[in-house]
Amino acid sequence: MCDTCGCNLTKGNRHLLAPGGKLEKTSQGAQAITVLKNLLSENDIAAMHNRSHLDRQMVFTINLMSSPGAGKTALLEATIEALGERYRIAVIEGDLETENDAERIRARGVPAIQITTGTACHLDAHMIHDALHRLDLDAVDILFIENVGNLVCPASFDLGQHRNVTLLSVPEGDDKPAKYPVIFRAANLVGVTKTDLLPVLGDFNMDSAKQYVQALANAAPVIEISTRTEAGLQDWLDWVEKALIEYRACCERGESLRPAIQPDGARLHAAAP
Amino acid sequence: MHELSVCHALVTQLETLAKAQAANRILDVTLGIGPLSGIEPRLLEQAYPLAAAGTVAEHAQLTIQVSPVRVHCNSCGAESAATVNRLVCAQCGDWHTRLISGDELLLLHVELTRETECV
Repeated sequence: MCDTCGCNLTKGNRHLLAPGGKLEKTSQGAQAITVLKNLLSENDIAAMHNRSHLDRQMVFTINLMSSPGAGKTALLEATIEALGERYRIAVIEGDLETENDAERIRARGVPAIQITTGTACHLDAHMIHDALHRLDLDAVDILFIENVGNLVCPASFDLGQHRNVTLLSVPEGDDKPAKYPVIFRAANLVGVTKTDLLPVLGDFNMDSAKQYVQALANAAPVIEISTRTEAGLQDWLDWVEKALIEYRACCERGESLRPAIQPDGARLHAAAP
Repeated sequence: MHELSVCHALVTQLETLAKAQAANRILDVTLGIGPLSGIEPRLLEQAYPLAAAGTVAEHAQLTIQVSPVRVHCNSCGAESAATVNRLVCAQCGDWHTRLISGDELLLLHVELTRETECV
């Protein structure tokens, strides 16, 4: 993909440049340039850079996204508890304010870098780049990036991660994937958390939640987890380990793993730097 | 909220373009945005003047073309219109589809000029 040979012209945008198309005309005296470049290309370049950093040291990286309070940190605590002896885990925490989450992670004996974004509602690839330089990547097998609690903005920014996980907690309701399609479409795995509340909150329909994810043309598995009762926790841990093995196999072939945002869409629409 | 970040990225691209073309004013900017990009065109329009203030792109006319959500069905091969939260095939109803339009976030077209100051 490049900006010169026209290979970034797609079925979706070609008509704009056709004779008589909206972009063919030029105002008098002005110079017109057709760009067809992804608006976030600067972020995407930084994300690719991060990914190659991570791949060099074979650090499998998961971007964990959800609304605030869906249980991202609790899931990480349980994950560290279960896998911490077998794998070297590190965490990058994104929050608007406070070091609270990083302190919870550090209390488990795992390095945690806190990024406080101030008013920014998401992490971007540049913030992750800075955080990566504060971590000893040689000593990390699995890196979790706990994104800012937000179901809207984090979905638009590639960080250089290998897998996206989106959580949906039972109290939020089963139709969240339909309401926030961008972030659930980007998920390699959807985790329904706080399932211990299902008997109390009788109106959450697990089948509906799964159907809403499928309606986004996303074949990601939907797993049910309660960190409180530990029900379903093993399914999550199995997925992480399987994904790690898949990632390492990719690295050994000299390839990398990209997160779920449909590869055809990304390839078709994003122009290379 | 993140529309402002996107606008900053856009203005950076516009400044680079203007420099490369030795232009000192950008007249017109056209973006192609799909509903599944996660960017709200209306908010982008509001954020643009803030991000562009004091740059070559300050007074540019911003046009946003919203691309339709369309899918290609992996089962029956049909191409059809879809909605953001129902990306299923309109022909056969299968959800095994591939998005062919609707997640774009593209800078499509720029018109720029070099204005000489009157002495």
